[in-house]
Amino acid sequence: MKLRTALMAFGAGVVLMGSAANAANLSIVSGDTGNGLAVLREQLDIFEKNTGNKVTIVPMPSSTSDQFGQYKLWLAAGNSDIDVYQTDVIWAPQLSEQLLDLTDATKDVVGAHFPSIIESQTVNGKLVALPIFTDAPALYYRKDLLEKYGKQPPKTWDELAVTAKEVQDKEREAGSKDIWGFVWQGNSYEGLTCNALEWVKSNGGGQIIEADGSISINNPQAAAALDRAKGWVNTISPPGVLAYQEEEARGVWQTGNAVFMRNWPYAFGLGNGADSAVKGKFDVVPLPAGSGEGAKSAATLGGWNLAVSKYSKSPKEAIELVKFVASPEMQKLKALKASNLPTIQALYDDADIAKDQPIIPRWKEVFQNAVPRPSAPAKVKYNEVSSNFWTATHDTLSGNGSAADNLEMLEAKLTKLKGAGW
Amino acid sequence: MAVAETIAVPIAGMRSDLMRQRVRSAWIFLAPMLIVLALVAGWPLVRSIYFSFTDASLANIDAAQWIGFENYLSITTLKSGKVLYDGLLADPIWWRAVWNTVKFTIVSVTLETIFGIIVALVLNAEFKGRGIVRAAILVPWAIPTVVSAKMWGWMLNDQFGIINDILMNLGIISSKIAWTANPDTAMFAVLIVDIWKTTPFMALLILAGLQMVPGDIYEAAKIDGVHPVKVFFKVTLPLIRPALMVAVIFRMLDALRIFDLIYVLTPNNSQTKTMSVYARENLFDFDKFAYGSAAATFLFLILAVITVVYIVVGRVNFDGGR
Repeated sequence: MKLRTALMAFGAGVVLMGSAANAANLSIVSGDTGNGLAVLREQLDIFEKNTGNKVTIVPMPSSTSDQFGQYKLWLAAGNSDIDVYQTDVIWAPQLSEQLLDLTDATKDVVGAHFPSIIESQTVNGKLVALPIFTDAPALYYRKDLLEKYGKQPPKTWDELAVTAKEVQDKEREAGSKDIWGFVWQGNSYEGLTCNALEWVKSNGGGQIIEADGSISINNPQAAAALDRAKGWVNTISPPGVLAYQEEEARGVWQTGNAVFMRNWPYAFGLGNGADSAVKGKFDVVPLPAGSGEGAKSAATLGGWNLAVSKYSKSPKEAIELVKFVASPEMQKLKALKASNLPTIQALYDDADIAKDQPIIPRWKEVFQNAVPRPSAPAKVKYNEVSSNFWTATHDTLSGNGSAADNLEMLEAKLTKLKGAGW
Repeated sequence: MAVAETIAVPIAGMRSDLMRQRVRSAWIFLAPMLIVLALVAGWPLVRSIYFSFTDASLANIDAAQWIGFENYLSITTLKSGKVLYDGLLADPIWWRAVWNTVKFTIVSVTLETIFGIIVALVLNAEFKGRGIVRAAILVPWAIPTVVSAKMWGWMLNDQFGIINDILMNLGIISSKIAWTANPDTAMFAVLIVDIWKTTPFMALLILAGLQMVPGDIYEAAKIDGVHPVKVFFKVTLPLIRPALMVAVIFRMLDALRIFDLIYVLTPNNSQTKTMSVYARENLFDFDKFAYGSAAATFLFLILAVITVVYIVVGRVNFDGGR
């Protein structure tokens, strides 16, 4: 009820502000998962009613690399059919040349967002996209199983391995022979970069490429972090984890066959769905920390933003649409309906959100410590950096060379890729 | 009007005139196809080859500068006298992709040919319900590759996959195998799916060849009491050879540019990365449009060379066989 009033008040505001501009036909392209597109449609209906503009959603597959290839092609071809793109947090430097600068249009609203997220979308002083939700992974754990064996949620990776092994072995003896200790994302793709960055960073091993552009990945703490993860495969994690993306991990988890899972917050709502075997039996904590010097929990920063194409025929209306979807009212709606985490700081203290999506207020501190992938220093070469990193990691995990050797080779490759500068 | 002209010319010139007219109409009928081919195949090919000699980037494709052969091979001599090789020809990942593709092509085409012949021989026999069996066997071929790749992806899944379930229950394997993740089995998984999918196509082409073989040859062989295996190698195989050669080259060209199956089933896996996957990755995912174009051009060259060699060598064998 409260939400509705807020929406109406906001709608009225937009109508009052809205100029006498003619109605425009806009297109927004998005590859959201779960019920994301349905929620977006709901938001767009309100926008249409308020402004008289028509907005069409162009749906895309949910794999971010598939989307990226297509968007890059469209933008390279100067396609004017798409006005607004939903962009991944890592894309800003790679697409910045073909997106409009939103700095002036949004200077009244950017202050409400987390500064680190706004910064991630700013390239050479140009704000290329406005965040609509953010993401940072969590360690999901089975409350019932940990209680059964008198365990606490782990604070370090080593604790996690011990607990996972013990619970897994005892549960297998007790008859659930398909249970595994820990599932995560080990396929060779962007998700492995996120997972491995967390292991390395939480072990005090840096963040692959530091903010100043220096390549830091070849260090003993990073190698130790990868070796530790290699030890999980086939002991507490199924060998197939090396082909898992988010949904495969969630599949094992949600059928009740895992004690721990590393995944994004979207799995929280789905895990509590009516058809879930783990409904009400699990909770989340921040990811564990490593053991080296400077070790502390690290979560890779994810999240999605809206950007306006340089080739849009109605840039003014498109920017208006972006501001509308990124507004506090719409982010609240998205938080409540799709358990997406808002980028507006104040919403973490919102009573409705705390009641319906208890994970969200607890995640505020996780974001503040979130580690960005090196997309800002590596600029247009980020995808290649990431691909080299996940390949080195995947090789290590599947026993193809030692962590130290693979990281040394990775450093050489990245140095060559960097050349005179990123 | 053309008819009137034809009648008017002397009889001696009639044949050549008719020929000329036929040639002209042949060109007119071919023209739409040739124009479309030039537009949809020729022009992109020329553009790709052109981009491979530039430093083009997708972010600003019009600003491409001509840089010669640098995407293929660039040699820099350092001050210390050390020589650095760079470019596609010096890229181990590229050569790995070439080797993966060649390995995939040889194994898949060989097995598909063998299975295709077996299936075709079975389908060539007279039995009840042959039409239904023929139609049914084409089903894998009719399913879009992306769909069958996804379907097999789930069937080969280590935790919920039916393949592991069956093998476990039969006691063939003792623990679940991660088919698409394990470096040792990834290529094997891709081959299984490709052979499952493409054998029907081979069988169909070979079956067409089999049906051209006159029945009286078999009768004669039977009367002479020749062993069926000998009949197959001495009679059937030489006679279906032309059809087989065509089928093999179709499959080979297809296999050398394999992309969709691998992209869906084992994306980014260095054990199964083929030339096409490598080219796409550089073209779109990395900021190396020109480099990816060079890879695509090289792929085209390899295909062209193999096709020419195959046709030449294939014809020599064929003539020798006669």
